[in-house]
Amino acid sequence: MINKENEPVMQDESAGEGSGDAARSRGTGKGMNRRNFLGTMVAIGGIATAGAAKTAAASDDFSGWPNSFGLLTDLTACVGCRSCEKACNESNKLPTPTTPFDDPSVFNQTRRPDAHAYSVVNRFNNPKDPSTPIYRKVQCNHCKEPACASACPIHAYRKTPEGAVMYNPDLCFGCRYCMVACPFYVPAYDYESALEPRIVKCTMCYDTRLKFGKPTACAEACPAGAITFGRRDELIKVARERIAANPDKYIDHIMGEFEVGGTNWLYISGVPFEQVGFPENLPKRPPIELTKGFLSSVPLVFTIWPALFGMCYAAVRHRDEVCEEKIAAHKKEEGK
Amino acid sequence: MSNDYAVKQNNFQAWFMDKLLMGLSWPDYLKKLITPFNIVAAAILCVGLPLIGVRFVYGLASVTDASNEYPWGIFLGWGLFSGVPLSATGFVMATAYYIFGFKRYHSLVRLGVLTGFLGYLFAVIYLLTDLGRPWRIYYPMLIGFGTASVLFLVAWHVATYLTVQLLEFSPAILEWLKSHRVRRWATMMTIGMTIAGIILSTLHQSALGAMFLLVPSKMHPLWYSQYLPVFFLSSSIYAALAMVIVVSTLGAKFLRDKADQNFLGNLDSLTVGLGKAAAVGIYVYFVLKLTGVAHDDHWNLLSTPYGRWFLLEILGFVLLPGLTLSLGVKKKSTSIVRFGAFWAVIGIILNRMNVSTVVFNWNLPHHLHHIIPPWREAAIVLAIFTLHILLFRWILNRMPVLREHPDYSDHR
Repeated sequence: MINKENEPVMQDESAGEGSGDAARSRGTGKGMNRRNFLGTMVAIGGIATAGAAKTAAASDDFSGWPNSFGLLTDLTACVGCRSCEKACNESNKLPTPTTPFDDPSVFNQTRRPDAHAYSVVNRFNNPKDPSTPIYRKVQCNHCKEPACASACPIHAYRKTPEGAVMYNPDLCFGCRYCMVACPFYVPAYDYESALEPRIVKCTMCYDTRLKFGKPTACAEACPAGAITFGRRDELIKVARERIAANPDKYIDHIMGEFEVGGTNWLYISGVPFEQVGFPENLPKRPPIELTKGFLSSVPLVFTIWPALFGMCYAAVRHRDEVCEEKIAAHKKEEGK
Repeated sequence: MSNDYAVKQNNFQAWFMDKLLMGLSWPDYLKKLITPFNIVAAAILCVGLPLIGVRFVYGLASVTDASNEYPWGIFLGWGLFSGVPLSATGFVMATAYYIFGFKRYHSLVRLGVLTGFLGYLFAVIYLLTDLGRPWRIYYPMLIGFGTASVLFLVAWHVATYLTVQLLEFSPAILEWLKSHRVRRWATMMTIGMTIAGIILSTLHQSALGAMFLLVPSKMHPLWYSQYLPVFFLSSSIYAALAMVIVVSTLGAKFLRDKADQNFLGNLDSLTVGLGKAAAVGIYVYFVLKLTGVAHDDHWNLLSTPYGRWFLLEILGFVLLPGLTLSLGVKKKSTSIVRFGAFWAVIGIILNRMNVSTVVFNWNLPHHLHHIIPPWREAAIVLAIFTLHILLFRWILNRMPVLREHPDYSDHR
């Protein structure tokens, strides 16, 4: 499947460069206008109709932001030094963990990103060569059409033209549907906090690096060359080249190329991805496709139901009236 | 002046005694409150309410086992996903009576609407307990619009429908408060409100199922289906019918003195009628569930452990209660119908708990470790449920629900 056609890329040269202002005028701008329009619709109570209209409009084969950035993790190169974890922790000013970053004892259990870590590295047995374990860094994969964003009822998530999936705690009311929705089990929640609980997840270093076109802290810190930063389209080419050059070393699969509609964080591996903790049955379609049909029925119900059930009501009334008329006529006859 | 004040004071006292203490004096009222049921309820609240305080002071982690893999527990599994279908009573009874003309069911319409209203009210209370920042509950309405989210639709609809149901129930409140004119306005909206109720209910009942459409890779394939919205909607209809049987049974048993002859005298024949409708609803749902398995061709999964659990659910807690209802209808036995209705209600809860907790994340290692909630979480749920029952009883005791108000007996 290596030679499968490239993901279609939007042909818009001005879009997606640097800060992505131009891109915003293209796609997000559309969304913004629609959201303003939506505000008006809310005011007049047509919220559900407008909602479905927006969903329908989003359906025209959106294949991701053109020229968005991404990362490619090469699981065959990772040595499990956890430099990326350390860099991430420092760059994002997260609390210093109790176990130091050079302590390999953390590998004794499988960890996951949590309220205090955007990214963690796990160790897996290597079926090909038990003496060299496989390490895999886990963090948000920054889906092209993120399930978390499709789930959020307050629009606290956005996919930036640069590729990052960003969460805004100022909007979040803590329903945690994004966590339910995420196929990769990524968003974490700080259940410990009573007043300001929030979702915690990798930002692709958006505010500090990505929006200036700079690589993420983890990519910069990796001494083994296991994390490559670049344009997603380019990374897919790089991944294909590596697989083609070393068909024995890699399995013929780029994780994230098509999974759940494609992710901006990609992986290549020497063993099947299920063996390094990836979910087994990831669908190819972006999750939002699965609810689109349902949401598009909303305006239909709003339009058709009143007429349909109004007619039922009228029919019953009509029957009652006919019945009453008959009784009245009958009484009149009897009276004569 | 002081005389005026004294009169007002007297008026208020009379009103207070009449409305809130049901005509009793304070000591008599308090004495009447000491019953075994109330003592148990008080004990539950003494444990549960402080725990709700703990939850808001120390965060969700202090009371629940919610984790990064399992964000939702029984607050939502029980309170929202089970509570909402069992509260379809208002929409189902109002539709049957006002739109389809099932006029004999008049004495159960208000009870249905009240059950629905309180069910939604408490679903929101469970939700507020579970939300990380419940004080932002209005955010989907005013601050940010996640229009591509099914939960956005649920939030809007539950909020709107709660209001609709309050309006639908308002004639009872206004009769209790003896406010003739406002009551007349309230009754004029009935048909409009009923149709609004149908729209909102069909959409958000199915939307609760549609919420899980996003997670095909996390849910067991026997429960995951593109028909999830239809499953949830169709089961909510028979859930409502069974629930009206359950609630009217309890009302007739424990609040007999608050019910009039119209309610008690008709109840047996109406129960059989509702049982018949519920059985039909169950068969529809059962066939839909089979259609779901057939559509995805998952028959082979039925022989797996989860498959047996699935069979137990749809045979033992859907088909069997349906057959029991049919048997009761055939024999015109209200006790068999009531038994079937209780069973069907338990089946609904089982289904919603299955979808939201048991088969969600079924493929994670060590799955099911979270099935038994920590005692604190259970105690909070129990306390909220107790409050639900107490408020229900408070209203049935005072407002004309199980009986007609003598001044308004023409209100059909």
